Amino acid sequence: MPRVIPPVPDADDRAFWDGVADDRLLLQRCADCRVVQHPPSPMCPQCQSVDREWFEVSGRGSVYSWIQSHHPTAPDEKPRIVALIDLDEGARIVSNLDGIDLDAVEPGLPVEVFFAEVDGTKLPQFRPVNHG
Amino acid sequence: MRTLKDQTVIAGIGQTEFSKASGRSELQLAAEAAKAAIADAGMTPADIDGLVTFTQDSNDELLLMRSLGIPEVRFWSRTPHGGAGAHSTILHAALAVNSGTANAVLVYRAFNERSGRRFGQPNATSTPPGWNWYLPYGLDTPAKTYSLGFQRYMSQYGLTNADFGRYSVVARKHAANNPNAWFYQRPISLDDHQNSRWIVEPILRLLDCCQESDGGVAIVVTSEERARDLPNPSARIAAVADGHTIHGNVMFNYYHPDLTRFPEAEFLARQLYAMAGIGPDDISAAMLYENFSPIVFLQLEALGFCKPGEARDFIADGNIELGGKVPVNTHGGLLGEAYIHGVNNIIEGVRQIRGTSVNQVPSAEHVMVAGGRSGLILGRI
Repeated sequence: MPRVIPPVPDADDRAFWDGVADDRLLLQRCADCRVVQHPPSPMCPQCQSVDREWFEVSGRGSVYSWIQSHHPTAPDEKPRIVALIDLDEGARIVSNLDGIDLDAVEPGLPVEVFFAEVDGTKLPQFRPVNHG
Repeated sequence: MRTLKDQTVIAGIGQTEFSKASGRSELQLAAEAAKAAIADAGMTPADIDGLVTFTQDSNDELLLMRSLGIPEVRFWSRTPHGGAGAHSTILHAALAVNSGTANAVLVYRAFNERSGRRFGQPNATSTPPGWNWYLPYGLDTPAKTYSLGFQRYMSQYGLTNADFGRYSVVARKHAANNPNAWFYQRPISLDDHQNSRWIVEPILRLLDCCQESDGGVAIVVTSEERARDLPNPSARIAAVADGHTIHGNVMFNYYHPDLTRFPEAEFLARQLYAMAGIGPDDISAAMLYENFSPIVFLQLEALGFCKPGEARDFIADGNIELGGKVPVNTHGGLLGEAYIHGVNNIIEGVRQIRGTSVNQVPSAEHVMVAGGRSGLILGRI
């Protein structure tokens, strides 16, 4: 299994990881001006409000860029693809791609979220839409 | 507007040897490099009254004072983050001198980065604030972290890893003529590059990566007025600036809409050219921080040496070699000389201005030394 460094939730991002535990992909937005902020922060960069709220997103998006994660001295048993995903709701998020070969990934590839235990840590993961 | 243009100088430079196992403490490396820089400036330790280093540097200011015999310090400061911010140390030193807060500021950076803690190794023992979004997915090394952005540049402009290799070949060619360089007399071919192992497929091979090095570098900054009495030629600080933009992280900014650009470096370039009153065509040589070869491509474009997407051809056409339009990393850079967190690039910039580089650019009038998020332009007195 991959060697996963687990997240350490804090006061500013605990809601995200609680969502992951319930198979829900949550993003933060400003309760006043509705600007979406990912990664989350305690204050809205647009209106400086500290009233933050979390909402569930579709989990659909497209691939912006990607690499294969494989370190020569600390190899994953199965190299993972790490990708930047542009979510349909407008935020960009780092995650892994599964169910596709490295050579088959292309910019703009439509993907959808799923949730999986990776090396004992539950994480949002993405796979091509219409994945078998 | 009052600026730092031409108010301060780099009067002295010093270094230890660059190695893979120094066999001595980081404090000793800092002290040896500092001793050399102070002597090069024609000063004694008692002339130094300011200290600047990285927040990441392990060397305590008070311990360095008592090692060097600096009796009194009236100013010190540290600059955050890594090598992209290396030149921020010079900005702090220049501000201190220009304001009259200090007369002569010693900038230092020394570490055993190969024989001690290695930056390129995954560190699975802790998750720093803000890293929950990256570490669990496998972004646990700088090579991977940077490559996720570089991949977009490659796909946008149709580059392959061999295109990056053409920079590596130039860096090693310059290093091959530099006795200070770890890779002295060891040039590489593009085939050597393409036969080195993948570090991050399909972006980076081993020979795209900077070295891991042990060593120390030090610099003395003082006033332009003081420089007139010193024995060695000083390099005028024509411009110096930081360049940071919103949503950035210590190593990357994934949240710019277009990752084929380097907006921090574009912001930096605007400031540096405006302060110095010159443009990219006036730059005789450029020392560009390169932890990984693709960052040179992004910087060449952001700093205005070529247009977006043109770095591949700009490099392939020989423009960054000696005799080219803007020779880059004439010491061999961090790939060829050593990785002293980018501060060794600054002292090569000073050598070019003094005319003492082993790969001297004829009549170098202005030298750019930049790292994407901080930089300076050096000129002759």
